[in-house]
Amino acid sequence: MPPEPQTVKIGDVGVSLRRAGKGPPLLYLHGADGYSQWLPFFDALAEQYEVLVPEHPGYGASDDPPLIRSVSDMAMFYLDFLEALDLRDLHIVGHSMGGWIAAEILIRDQSRAKSLTLISSAGIRVEGVPSGDIFIWNREELLRNIFYNQAYADIALSLQPTEQQIDTMLKNRFTSTKLGWQPRWYNPDLEKWLHRIKRPSLIIWGEDDKVMPSAYAGLWRKRLPGARLVMIEKCGHVPQVEKLKETIDPLRDFLAEASR
Amino acid sequence: MKFISFHLMPYRHLDFEEAAKHRSAWVVLPNSLYDPIKGAEEYANFIDFLVDGERLGFDGIAVNEHHQNAYGLMPAPNLIASALIQRTKKVKIAILGRALPLLSNPMNIAEEYAMLDNLSRGRIICGFVRGIGAEYHSTGVNPYFSHERFHEAHDLIIQSWTKPGPFPFEGKHYNMRYVNCWPRPYQQPHPPIWIPSQGSSETVAWAADPARKYPFLVTFSATDLVVRYLNTYRDQARQYGYEPESGQFGWACPVYVAETDERAKAEAGHAIETLFNNYLRMPMEMLIPPGYTSLNSMKNFLKMRTAVASGKAPTADSLIASGTAIIGSAKTVRSKIEEVRDKTGLGILVPMLQFGVLSDELAKRSMEMFASEVMPHLRG
Repeated sequence: MPPEPQTVKIGDVGVSLRRAGKGPPLLYLHGADGYSQWLPFFDALAEQYEVLVPEHPGYGASDDPPLIRSVSDMAMFYLDFLEALDLRDLHIVGHSMGGWIAAEILIRDQSRAKSLTLISSAGIRVEGVPSGDIFIWNREELLRNIFYNQAYADIALSLQPTEQQIDTMLKNRFTSTKLGWQPRWYNPDLEKWLHRIKRPSLIIWGEDDKVMPSAYAGLWRKRLPGARLVMIEKCGHVPQVEKLKETIDPLRDFLAEASR
Repeated sequence: MKFISFHLMPYRHLDFEEAAKHRSAWVVLPNSLYDPIKGAEEYANFIDFLVDGERLGFDGIAVNEHHQNAYGLMPAPNLIASALIQRTKKVKIAILGRALPLLSNPMNIAEEYAMLDNLSRGRIICGFVRGIGAEYHSTGVNPYFSHERFHEAHDLIIQSWTKPGPFPFEGKHYNMRYVNCWPRPYQQPHPPIWIPSQGSSETVAWAADPARKYPFLVTFSATDLVVRYLNTYRDQARQYGYEPESGQFGWACPVYVAETDERAKAEAGHAIETLFNNYLRMPMEMLIPPGYTSLNSMKNFLKMRTAVASGKAPTADSLIASGTAIIGSAKTVRSKIEEVRDKTGLGILVPMLQFGVLSDELAKRSMEMFASEVMPHLRG
């Protein structure tokens, strides 16, 4: 059963948060598409960890405070969030834009973090390898480019979104535009400071990612001290959906090792 | 009524078959499809066409700004305006308009407009726009901040023209220690400012504000929408507590005049279809990137699109029937304009007398008929 969302107040900002499982805390930061549903991936993690899945300010059921104008603001906000919930020894897993937010959090303050996992992460730029233009693609192109296995795209396309889902999609898209349009999906200053992250880190990538091409995985590994890289064959931008086992197995091992 | 002859300067030599292979004639249309030899000829023709407006008795001639497309070859409309100044004596020259949010330093616009106003000894009309959605793709400017940047750039430009410099400007997007516009504009306190728009309620409320009273120019819309938007402006002005003048109500649309309705349609029908279906074709993601409009406007737009069942390409007939394009005999064209005038108090008409692939020969004949058989009846 997917957990019911609760609203936590961080200052005066309401954040919609889902929690499941018991164990050391693990924070999952979603990507530009927002939180869409409770994934088997979360259940798998919740067997050993207390999984926290917030919707970022400006996404889904969370408030959209004017103070957040950039991913840097978002990272500062999450420092407030970690403090307010008093999360310690925290594993942070970020997908796509959520990985960018995670890295921005950790270059600022890693005192509450135990490890960092980046899945298909935005945030840095590989010159000569532009990220896919999710803003110019229509919905079908987007879904077809997100998945390697087109069966997932077919399923997603066959679903007719409700009016409320369309509202949420639009809200999410507005916020993602605010955060990621220019410079496109990266912060020119982030890469310079990644060496500051002195926590075990894992990079998981789909070899056939058309949104954040796999060349980005290489640059992350180069800049994150001691990072481990897991490259998954025949996989697109969302390995935790498309290749659950290939994603969760090395992630579990890594988390167990990092927890020691 | 005042008449401003407007030209988009489309690239008429576009290979439509080749262009159709691409997402749009904007942003991603390869510029290898542009031939500079043919293009140079087009610029010369288009400038001649606009200059002719003075002889024919138009009150103004107008250009505008668009980037990276075959639809309008004027990324820098001030360059064309400058050429027009040298070729004309009395006619007003309207730049409808410059896209304020697309610049990292809007003082460039303040300075260039001021220069043009000096060069022309006060013949400039300034349009302020945000650019269309596609231009946020091609310039990389974040559409989420489009409104914010527009308002800030507007304030900066107006202050630079009206406040003694130097002074500091402290904005979210634009920060300048020394704002000091040399030259100052020729017209005092500044040239007239017009707001071309597709009718968003936010823009109407802003333009009609008593502090501004900017003429509102509805562009490329069906007659019923033109009437609705202009009346929204009037209602808004009344809510502000004043009665707007006819000079605050403008309408820009493609116009073609011939001896009979049938002949007009036969001559201009294909050209008007190319304007909408070849030059202006673009997907929603390009036209309205997120944040370019408010969330509510975006939702309404999506609903309207679902209401339009097939999203079928417009035809000359449908464009004429909706009044998006005014094509017909002088009598028909007059009566269609009169209809909008009577319903709205329209005081400015901006006919686009060349559109799509329409040839110079046909466009010129239509323009002459418009000047001699339509304009005189609507003057005053």
